[in-house]
Amino acid sequence: MAKTEILTGNYAVAYAAKLSRVQVISAYPITPQTSIVEKLDEFVESGELNAKYVRVESEHSAMAACIGAAATGARAFTATSSHGLMYMSELVWWAGLGKFPLVMAVVCRALAPPWSIWSEHNDVLAHRDSGWIIFFAEDNQEVLDLIIQSYRICEDERVLQPVMVALDAFILSHTSMPVSMPEQSDIDEYLPIPGSRRKPFILDPDDPLTHGNLTYPEYFMEIRYEIEKSMNSARRVIVEAGRRYGEITGRYYDSLVEDYRCSDADVVLVNIGSSSGDAKEAVDLLRDEGYKVGLLKLRAIRPFPFEDLRRICSGKRYIGVFDRNYSFGYGGILHCEVSSALSGIKVPIQGFIGGLGGRDITVDDYVWIFKTLVDMADRGVEPKPPLWVGLRGVV
Amino acid sequence: MLKQLSWLIPLLEVVELSYILPVSKPSEGASGFTGIWRSFKPVIDVGKCRKCLLCWLYCPEAAIKRVGDDHMSIEIDYRYCKGCGICANECPFKAIIMVKEG
Amino acid sequence: MGGFKGGGLSMGISIRSLTLNEYLLPGNASCPGCPASIGLRMLGKALEGRYVLVIPACCSTIIESPYPKSSYGVPVLNIAFAASPSAAAGVKAGFEVLGKGDIHVVVWAGDGGTADIGMASLSGAAERNDDIIYICYDNEAYMNTGIQRSSATPYAAWTTTTITGKSEHKKNLPMIMAAHRIPYVATASVAYPLDFVVKVRRAASIRGMKYIHLHSPCPTGWRFPSDKTVEVGRLAVQTGMWPLYEIDHGVFRLSDICKPLLDKRNRKPIEEYIKIQGRFSSISKEQLAELERYVESLWNEIALMIERSKMSEGGC
Repeated sequence: MAKTEILTGNYAVAYAAKLSRVQVISAYPITPQTSIVEKLDEFVESGELNAKYVRVESEHSAMAACIGAAATGARAFTATSSHGLMYMSELVWWAGLGKFPLVMAVVCRALAPPWSIWSEHNDVLAHRDSGWIIFFAEDNQEVLDLIIQSYRICEDERVLQPVMVALDAFILSHTSMPVSMPEQSDIDEYLPIPGSRRKPFILDPDDPLTHGNLTYPEYFMEIRYEIEKSMNSARRVIVEAGRRYGEITGRYYDSLVEDYRCSDADVVLVNIGSSSGDAKEAVDLLRDEGYKVGLLKLRAIRPFPFEDLRRICSGKRYIGVFDRNYSFGYGGILHCEVSSALSGIKVPIQGFIGGLGGRDITVDDYVWIFKTLVDMADRGVEPKPPLWVGLRGVV
Repeated sequence: MLKQLSWLIPLLEVVELSYILPVSKPSEGASGFTGIWRSFKPVIDVGKCRKCLLCWLYCPEAAIKRVGDDHMSIEIDYRYCKGCGICANECPFKAIIMVKEG
Repeated sequence: MGGFKGGGLSMGISIRSLTLNEYLLPGNASCPGCPASIGLRMLGKALEGRYVLVIPACCSTIIESPYPKSSYGVPVLNIAFAASPSAAAGVKAGFEVLGKGDIHVVVWAGDGGTADIGMASLSGAAERNDDIIYICYDNEAYMNTGIQRSSATPYAAWTTTTITGKSEHKKNLPMIMAAHRIPYVATASVAYPLDFVVKVRRAASIRGMKYIHLHSPCPTGWRFPSDKTVEVGRLAVQTGMWPLYEIDHGVFRLSDICKPLLDKRNRKPIEEYIKIQGRFSSISKEQLAELERYVESLWNEIALMIERSKMSEGGC
């Protein structure tokens, strides 16, 4: 019988790792992820979780240890944020390009200088090319559910790529919400036996293999293409894993996106992360006033949900993209990706930037965004450079 | 001409299992027949050899083999010997001479 | 001339007793006369295949040969330059949780990945006493990228980034590791392979972090003919520049061959070691005197450690 607990996002991560029976944990503390590593230490030292905890001296070493553990076939886990993710960046790429199945929770936090401990997505998005599957959670329930599903996805023979689950700093990590915890026995059935994995490669003296040696150009591209094939398969595997999860818990994740009232909408906003909840409220408010608006929440940004996006956005009068990030000299990262994904489909796309460094994004902000989009649609106005939401002193 | 092409031969044995993963299998001659690198080759004077096995111990290439029923006789695998000369330099009985190749 | 004593000294193992199996396969990409190759072969003889290697970026990454073949007959995890100690810790943790804790996890790293870029990770593994065998094969420069200096390059040596000779002394890695109070620290040399084999086996019998520093004279980088690798290594020991010792659970044990060297009259003059290497060809009289002072201080330190070990009776 599933129980409902009141959990912060960080505790949801820790409980999900425990339910997934992770075997090797290696993590370095960084605000606002610290309560994850602390809770996991509690589980390990009390014997509730039978895992080896390697208390490394840096994030770079944390990912190295997880890669080492994944190379034996063990189920590995780590968590980090912001500068921690940047410090382990070299090995994040190593894990993605080397096909080491493991799961990492990233508490999305702004990069410095200046120092900030609050929510922003640049840290995770900077690694979107590295071969990791990337999920963004909207609330703590999704955090718990996505981490569990990530183990099933990453250990699937058709995928074998690592998975990142992103949760917003403080908004999710430190905010308590009701979370329904599945039964351990259900998750034991849902996930493969921990440590049973032999693919794509394990260190075995009875069958010695060398991983990662020098590769000349004549062989290199095929090895990279294998990752692309895995990412394509992942689209199907994610849906299958999400459907099976729904059968067990009643919460279905059988799509890379969440379509919230988009089907009969004129104007759709694309959004990721925790602010999606506020965006949905704005949609409901505006719908009551007669506006036909919808929210398209991207749950997975890698593999990128091209088909869902194109299917949902075609025929709309205006599309908006909200970015809690910035690519300096370009614009919003998601705006760029959505525009490229929708090329050939005749629909105008307007970018919005906001929430940087944890600046609050309110329901009113989203109402303003939707009304702006509707107004632009009515007047037939061309999209402008990204509009910064809530920036003071600027027209 | 044949000697120059001989390095290609091991590469033809592409391993199908690891073809699309960055994983390689152990193989002798993985960098080719490295014997073609040498300018001098070691030649053993069997009469002087006292079977101390120091040359076998020190050979960086594992190109010196212990053969015979008791595995105490020495044979050099010239396919891989790079001609470094450590065996000749270390032999206490001067039983190995480095001879100019070709 | 070496002879039997040169190669086969130590604690009862004979050359003949070593396995015929090779774990470094011939036809690999090492330079002729490469000491890392000797080391890898001897590691295989010591552990007889029941181990995995974790190798950061270094010469041994290239000696491995290119995909799709490998010259190493044991499982190998190649890893980023600075990450080998922690990757090895992860491998060991994985093996332990899967019930395969009998498989040795050996880091085979150069001096660059140990003393410089990997220092933090190494210190972390030592502090945690991770159950790994860490072997640093020290060719005293970043050889793989073309002979640039590392903190393990000796004083006055030429490298491509110290063309008038290095102005700093060699970083004393073994003593740094001993200060972490790990259960086993040892120095070894490719010129004394049986001694190295004995030390690897001693390390393999201990739980916790073991560190072995293997002196590896490199003909390509030190500028001497490829047939002199073992001779140069022997001279390093005989002149006192590379003392062979173990610190086993805190007890300092000078290796037998080095015991006479406590008396400086038994140490060969360091000119014999220096003149054979092109990297010291421009050494000045002052630099040579500095090197002699360095050797003096090394051996004074060793004498002190022997005294201290006698007093503490094996305590840590």
